[in-house]
Amino acid sequence: MSRPLLLGAVAYDPKVVTIWDGFRTWLGKNGLPFDYILYSNYERQVLDLVAGRIDVAWNSPLAWVRTARLAPDTARAVVMRDTDRDLSSVIVVRSDSAVFGIDDLAGLVIGTGAVDSPQATLIPLAMLHRGDVLVQHFEVGVGLHGDHIGGERAAARALAAGEVDAACMIDSNHLLFSSEGTLPPGGTRVIARTDPYDHCNMSVCRSHTSLVDAFVALLLAMDYGDASVRPLLDLEGLTKWLPGRLSGYAQLEAAVDMFGFYDAKGEVTAVGYQP
Amino acid sequence: MTDSVIDLGVLGLDAGGHLLIDRALAPMAPGQRLRVTGRDPHLVVHLAPWARARGHRVVDGDVIVRGDAGDRRWAAAVRAGGVGAVVERPPRSWGLAPRGALVEDGGPTLATADLSQRGEVWTDLAPKLYAQAAAGQWDPATAIDWSALASSPLPDEIEAAVVQVMTYLIENEQAALMIPSRFLARIHPHFREVIQFLATQIADEARHIEVFTRRASHSGQALGLSGAGGRASLQTLLDEPDWATASFLLSVLGEGTFLSLLAFIERFAPDPVTAQMAHLVLGDEARHVAFALGHLGEHLALDPGYRDRLRAATERRHDALASTSGLTPAVHDSLVVLAAGSWEPDAIAAGWRRVHDLQAEMDDGRRRRLVRLGYSDAEAAELSELHTRNFM
Repeated sequence: MSRPLLLGAVAYDPKVVTIWDGFRTWLGKNGLPFDYILYSNYERQVLDLVAGRIDVAWNSPLAWVRTARLAPDTARAVVMRDTDRDLSSVIVVRSDSAVFGIDDLAGLVIGTGAVDSPQATLIPLAMLHRGDVLVQHFEVGVGLHGDHIGGERAAARALAAGEVDAACMIDSNHLLFSSEGTLPPGGTRVIARTDPYDHCNMSVCRSHTSLVDAFVALLLAMDYGDASVRPLLDLEGLTKWLPGRLSGYAQLEAAVDMFGFYDAKGEVTAVGYQP
Repeated sequence: MTDSVIDLGVLGLDAGGHLLIDRALAPMAPGQRLRVTGRDPHLVVHLAPWARARGHRVVDGDVIVRGDAGDRRWAAAVRAGGVGAVVERPPRSWGLAPRGALVEDGGPTLATADLSQRGEVWTDLAPKLYAQAAAGQWDPATAIDWSALASSPLPDEIEAAVVQVMTYLIENEQAALMIPSRFLARIHPHFREVIQFLATQIADEARHIEVFTRRASHSGQALGLSGAGGRASLQTLLDEPDWATASFLLSVLGEGTFLSLLAFIERFAPDPVTAQMAHLVLGDEARHVAFALGHLGEHLALDPGYRDRLRAATERRHDALASTSGLTPAVHDSLVVLAAGSWEPDAIAAGWRRVHDLQAEMDDGRRRRLVRLGYSDAEAAELSELHTRNFM
């Protein structure tokens, strides 16, 4: 039996098993021996990728930043979802708030997602770039790099309840929270929005090239019109895979440096960060 | 440059604005551009994630570049026949999709629906019979004048005969409820009216059980005997795994025979309540028999060789029951007493004659129905003779 391509993914939700079981079956049927390992947090997954214990890591953007620092000569982002491109985050206040811009937040409390959430903590706080705002992290799923929606939802609830003065969240979650009623209809106002950035990617380092090439080719060929594939794409939240690109990580790189989350060599330096 | 513009007014994407966007995108081709304008302050913030999740792109903040994910989702969809057009062999992959719906491919396969060929389940009578059944559902509480029982109680021994007959009927109706229940979920939902009809048949039997039980327990007498032979006869029906065969044995032969029995009870009932309930139940059972004759008739027209299987099943059942007593003697004798109306020797003699005539009438009815299904007179006579002595 030929050696399978080994992928690492973080188990932020039970559906992750369904997703990668489905991919394993589909990839196998299409000629690629494939297996996966689930991690409880991104930090261990990145270390295993860099050490060559897995071939591919389904990485959060923050995990990609660390991978690129740990293995600058070999790290590559080979593929990403169409839905990973050009996201933005927003800072939101209640509609009746006296806050109309970032400068008005001086001395006030801003709620964020978990400390390691790129979209609900690091990127929006880097945009904020103020030392006079009190930050309250809603630490749900630390180590999952914000994949768990719980931190953002908790921050949104705290905003609606008047417990914080502002909250950070990704654009799609502002739409979701407003639609489902976590945030009251018309009850919030966006005071700032980040520039577009990119999210997850399939990262490789010292991987078996032919297997990785076959894997990427198969992913890029997945057709949303194919009923055997569509449920997997729906579960993973995309309509097509696209080639990886590195142009969308600059804001996060800057945020990581600004907050000292990782050092230049990729070691974890965030104080108190315990995935 | 854009190809079209949609103005959402005050509507946001968190309050249904996507409906207008989808409507505007529908006639556009993939790659065409739709500018979205509006007064909701979050419109631009929400437009990007909304579009992204649906395979569209957003450029210049408020212009959607139409993607094709939605089209591709439905590209291989098929129409599940027509709302009034039944297909020969609906695939199980259509699952629970209503007949006539546009069915997205993929999704779960309805593995339990193994009765999925038109020839084995369908009859063009099904829609009409279902409509009749739905319109003919009667309320046990009001359709029968129960007060008539209290005003003129029967002598105890006549009442006991009624109670025994009711006990027998409850047992048989229980089997008649369970048998279609076992098959209902195996029929492909494409054959909607067949399933609906069977649902009414099951509801009919539930009602029959209710009224017979109420009549049996009216006087406070204990219920009658449940003979092992009668139950053995019914068990062979429950054990039959083949839908067409079960339908033939239960509805054509069994419920067909019961038409004569119920007419007999209606005619000779010693009280108006018993007569009234027999009349109502008879109407329901006639519908069950008509449905079975309908779908078996169409089945046998397509597959005439199936007649031999039904014949063999009747013979097997006869052989299996050969060593049992068949109709519990107490039931037979209670029918005699019921038809006699008193314990005078002349009345008993008349009752005996009437039950004898009933059995001849049952045989005659079975033969007519068998001939209707394409059996010769001789075959019909032979098969009718082999039918269980327990009537059902």
